[in-house]
Amino acid sequence: MQTTILTPSSLKPEAALHSYIVEAGDSFVLEIAKGQTFRIVDLEGNQAVDTIFYNARDYSDRYSAQDTIREQSNIYLTTGSRLLSTNGNALLTVTADTCGRHDTLGGACAAESNMVRYDLTKRYMHACRNSFLKGLQLWDRGMDKRDITSNINFFMNVPVTPDGQLTFEDGVSDAGKYVELCADMDVLMVISNCPQLNNPCNGYNPTPVQILIWDKNVH
Amino acid sequence: MESSLLYSEILPGGATWSHVLKRGTALRITDREGNANVAAYFLNFENPSERFNLPDTLKAQHTARLRAGNVLFSDMGRVLCSITEDSVGWHDPIAGISNAALIEKKYGKTTYQQARNGWYQNARDGFLLELGKYGMGPRDLHATVNFFSKVVVDEDGNMQYVRNNSQEGSYIELRAEMNTLVLLNTSPHPLNDDPEYALKPVELSINRVPTPMRNDRCRTLCPENARGFVLTELYFL
Repeated sequence: MQTTILTPSSLKPEAALHSYIVEAGDSFVLEIAKGQTFRIVDLEGNQAVDTIFYNARDYSDRYSAQDTIREQSNIYLTTGSRLLSTNGNALLTVTADTCGRHDTLGGACAAESNMVRYDLTKRYMHACRNSFLKGLQLWDRGMDKRDITSNINFFMNVPVTPDGQLTFEDGVSDAGKYVELCADMDVLMVISNCPQLNNPCNGYNPTPVQILIWDKNVH
Repeated sequence: MESSLLYSEILPGGATWSHVLKRGTALRITDREGNANVAAYFLNFENPSERFNLPDTLKAQHTARLRAGNVLFSDMGRVLCSITEDSVGWHDPIAGISNAALIEKKYGKTTYQQARNGWYQNARDGFLLELGKYGMGPRDLHATVNFFSKVVVDEDGNMQYVRNNSQEGSYIELRAEMNTLVLLNTSPHPLNDDPEYALKPVELSINRVPTPMRNDRCRTLCPENARGFVLTELYFL
């Protein structure tokens, strides 16, 4: 049986600097300053929150799933996980987690991968990589599809078995569960709140999430 | 189902190689001494913004290991290359590549001045230099795979490097389904626990191969692969 350790946070929502609601199918782009902490709340449960991070001073230096999991010798992200960039910088650290396990191998859904995975007719359904692309286009800093690289799927459960199978399991999250990260440097966060309807990653019911941000002095 | 040898060479250890592997040809990589590691990355040469997508590759085929029958998907739902032959059975797609800091920490610092071409090279710098020769840079280097190496994951998610996964003479064959820019690097696997920076050469050979038929093992591995082949064929219509 898998082991998960849950770590609640002592931060109070009423002390947050900002609170945002991100609906399913939307993108959300935000700079987070070094020392700030943010929380992603799975408001209704079993929602996948696809997220990419960049060094805010150099977007070519970005979150690397492979470097992150290799250096912590574990494929799942939870409290204590340090998110590493392609240049080996620590971007953020997971400081609280009431879900216990987050995926970073499963990537983000796309119109094209939906065609492969489900049916050629699925091309016209909304997908995360469309949201990422739209978010980057609206951010308007010269980023494009080449910048849609490895991501984290907060609240998503994608186990790998000892014999090397990759499976998509029902979520381990539930309404009100959250994950919190503290920025180790100035970072740009790009979220796609996943619209996927073809697999259980959102429980077939994509729902909104809340983003709360605390300033560095509030601890 | 004849194939014919067009070219071969020895790629030394700690080195980087690239080639535009044409549709209708296959690249066979053979481990000359055992325990080789070949980091690999793939892009559509005609439009390199389309490139190897590791999560799509793993999700479509429900696997966290690569072996014969698996294909390498691009982010556009197409098949860049198929693994048509493989004598190893497990190639690592999850642990990523070495970088300068990792190599220095494990094996010590070397400079060209002191070690000449025996300096300890790393896969990330090798790939970035090679991509630079095609006008690309760090934004173009996404997740990679490691041929001939094995990393297992336990039920708690812990990763473990497995020694001696590849024997002398082991091989893998990649059939190009698109005109694919293939980048290879033979630096040690980043989790290799050998205290020496072992130089492990591989033999590369390019063969002309027949077009995959309807009963092709890669196409028929799963319905996802069959749809990937349809989308790839559409690209060439």
